[in-house]
Amino acid sequence: MTADVSRGAQSPPELVQLLTPEGERIEHPDYDIDLTAEELRGLYRDLVLVRRIDLEAVALQRQGELGLWASLLGQEAAQVGSGRALTDADMAFPTYREHGVAWCRKVDPVQLLGMFRGVNHGGWDPVEHNFHLYTIVIGSQTLHAVGYAMGIQRDGAESAAIAYFGDGATSQGDVNEAFIWASVFNAPVVFFCQNNQWAISEPLEKQTRIPLYRRAAGFGFPGVRVDGNDVLACLAVTRKALADARSGQGPSMIEAFTYRMGAHTTSDDPTRYRVADELESWKLKDPIERVKAYLAKSGIADQSYFDAIDAEADELGRDLRRRCLAMPDPQPMAMFDHVYAEPHALVAEEREQYAAYLNSFEEGAR
Amino acid sequence: MTTLTLAKAMNLGLRKAMEDDPKVLIMGEDIGKLGGVFRVTDGLQKDFGEDRVIDTPLAESGIIGTAIGLAIRGYRPVCEIQFDGFVFPAADQIITQLAKMPLRSLGKLKLPVVVRIPCGGGIGAVEHHSESPEAYFTHTAGLRVVACSNPVDAYTMIQQAVRSDDPVIFFEPKRRYWDKAEVDTSSAPDTWHPFDTGRVVRQGADLTMLAYGPMVKTALEAANAAAEEGRSIEVVDLRSLNPVDMPLVTESVRKTGRCVIVHEAPVYSGLGGELAARITEQCFYNLEAPVLRVGGFSTPYPPSRLEEHYLPDLDRVLDAVDRAFGY
Ligand SMILES: Cc1ncc(C[n+]2csc(CCOP(=O)(O)OP(=O)(O)O)c2C)c(N)n1
Ligand SMILES: [Mg+2]
Repeated sequence: MTADVSRGAQSPPELVQLLTPEGERIEHPDYDIDLTAEELRGLYRDLVLVRRIDLEAVALQRQGELGLWASLLGQEAAQVGSGRALTDADMAFPTYREHGVAWCRKVDPVQLLGMFRGVNHGGWDPVEHNFHLYTIVIGSQTLHAVGYAMGIQRDGAESAAIAYFGDGATSQGDVNEAFIWASVFNAPVVFFCQNNQWAISEPLEKQTRIPLYRRAAGFGFPGVRVDGNDVLACLAVTRKALADARSGQGPSMIEAFTYRMGAHTTSDDPTRYRVADELESWKLKDPIERVKAYLAKSGIADQSYFDAIDAEADELGRDLRRRCLAMPDPQPMAMFDHVYAEPHALVAEEREQYAAYLNSFEEGAR
Repeated sequence: MTTLTLAKAMNLGLRKAMEDDPKVLIMGEDIGKLGGVFRVTDGLQKDFGEDRVIDTPLAESGIIGTAIGLAIRGYRPVCEIQFDGFVFPAADQIITQLAKMPLRSLGKLKLPVVVRIPCGGGIGAVEHHSESPEAYFTHTAGLRVVACSNPVDAYTMIQQAVRSDDPVIFFEPKRRYWDKAEVDTSSAPDTWHPFDTGRVVRQGADLTMLAYGPMVKTALEAANAAAEEGRSIEVVDLRSLNPVDMPLVTESVRKTGRCVIVHEAPVYSGLGGELAARITEQCFYNLEAPVLRVGGFSTPYPPSRLEEHYLPDLDRVLDAVDRAFGY
């Protein structure tokens, strides 16, 4: 009864690629990109630093400093490429894994740790960074992005929204409703799906019988599949999609074809459900190695540059660790803050009661 | 007798239910090879196949909606919602369809669907992983709502839930998944504690403490601590939250004259409010003190480093006991 999916979701991708895994620069008729040497070096730096932040966070979790961490390992190019395509005025709606996009939106990495350390529910100012808080409930944020885009539209502004989500999320009702809304209202939104092949233990075949980017056509907007491990292609494709959105041409979907190299989160044990071969074959498509090879071959950067970035990454890792450990625990009474924007009698009463209760210990009353 | 964790007892109960009735299906996210994030369905897909243990697409409304269709077709689906906070995308199907279809069909349709929900906090998780949403469901006519608190009940109640011809919302106390107890897996169903009844888990004379799910253990600890101060507390594990075993509750409260209700869910509009009202209505002349409630605050569940403040603990429960004796 289980369907044969051999001709389904995994059919050979019509993949936009500008940089091969070997570091060869190739052309694409629809997407090209002309970057200065400095911009290219900048992308490399982003990729390395973002990976380092992620590795440090995994280590911090292992040492009990974080309760959980969702690693972006393997997805650096998809996140940095799309993140660097955004202008300051664009608004991004992430999942819980978008640490690379956060970096591009100038969110201080230590602020990403707060919710995983259990000291807050999201540590940065979404308005300041035009980077919404992480959304854990799968797919919810895609509707928020569309609504935000409808606001941009009504303001007559020249910007766009981008919604990040995973392959698993494409099954959610909310995501499908977001597609419909965006299409019907011609909203300036880009749907950026990181297809990392897995939704925890469920492979792509549990979510779809056709390549995900082709779903877009059914909803009435263009879809494209890009090599999610190719930072240049991700940048080029997202730039175009955002430009189209900003100029009134409506939504589009990008499927960044990539791979979750690590566990779903630090709580997960992928050996229960996937084979090591798969991982090995994706290692050959590493998003950082190809850029490094290209930069070296083309003379844009040399070993001393790579060494300098590695040193910067180490320093960033050390700094992140130091500041993570220094993060203060929240005060108990902070629980009652910001529940409502306006004064609220019930919360005020409970706050008072709990403060009195805590005081009773200090006074040794009990 | 075998020593089992609550999670393993759930697992064996589900296995038994599947062996007993070929119409029983299990469906949910990551329940196959992974065995669920809490391993409750560990090994079931291997033994019963992918047609009976179904890894679904990632969509809770889809899980419950298709379970309803399967039930109309004669199957008995047991749905796993991965975490309490993720039942809400399915709330529409549960509340508007699952709960009401039997009545609309004048009883011609039975919907023996079980919705399993790991619930409650205390595991240091990120948001949406520590919720206690039972009152949303106890408030919905047409649903039976139960909560197990220990391995023995986990093993028996899940099988009773599967056998029930009504939709059952089945809460599992996630922070007690690793608690162990002796379970007799050879006991006959007619020897089990009846499905929609509570149970006195500790006898006492001076105060009745009502709890369910994860808070039963906390209530028992509080009762033991209070005993050292010479107070005799009777602890009732409600087990069934809709309906509630009111005869058991009122019998106990009439005897003790005092009642404290403990749950993790916010006190405001929580199940404790309904219980307090009923107890007041039915035991008014026996009460020495108002019925008191201990529970979560009217705030979203806090970041994990504050959860010990939000969750009722020994001190907060004993504080309520003190107050009850202060009248
Ligand atoms: C509504 C909802 N259901 C279930 C979950 C539990 N959950 C967390 S991540 C995840 C898989 C998500 O897969 P995908 O969308 O592919 O994103 P990825 O984690 O691979 O980045 C699930 C089922 C959730 N967070 N929200
Ligand atoms: Mg995925």
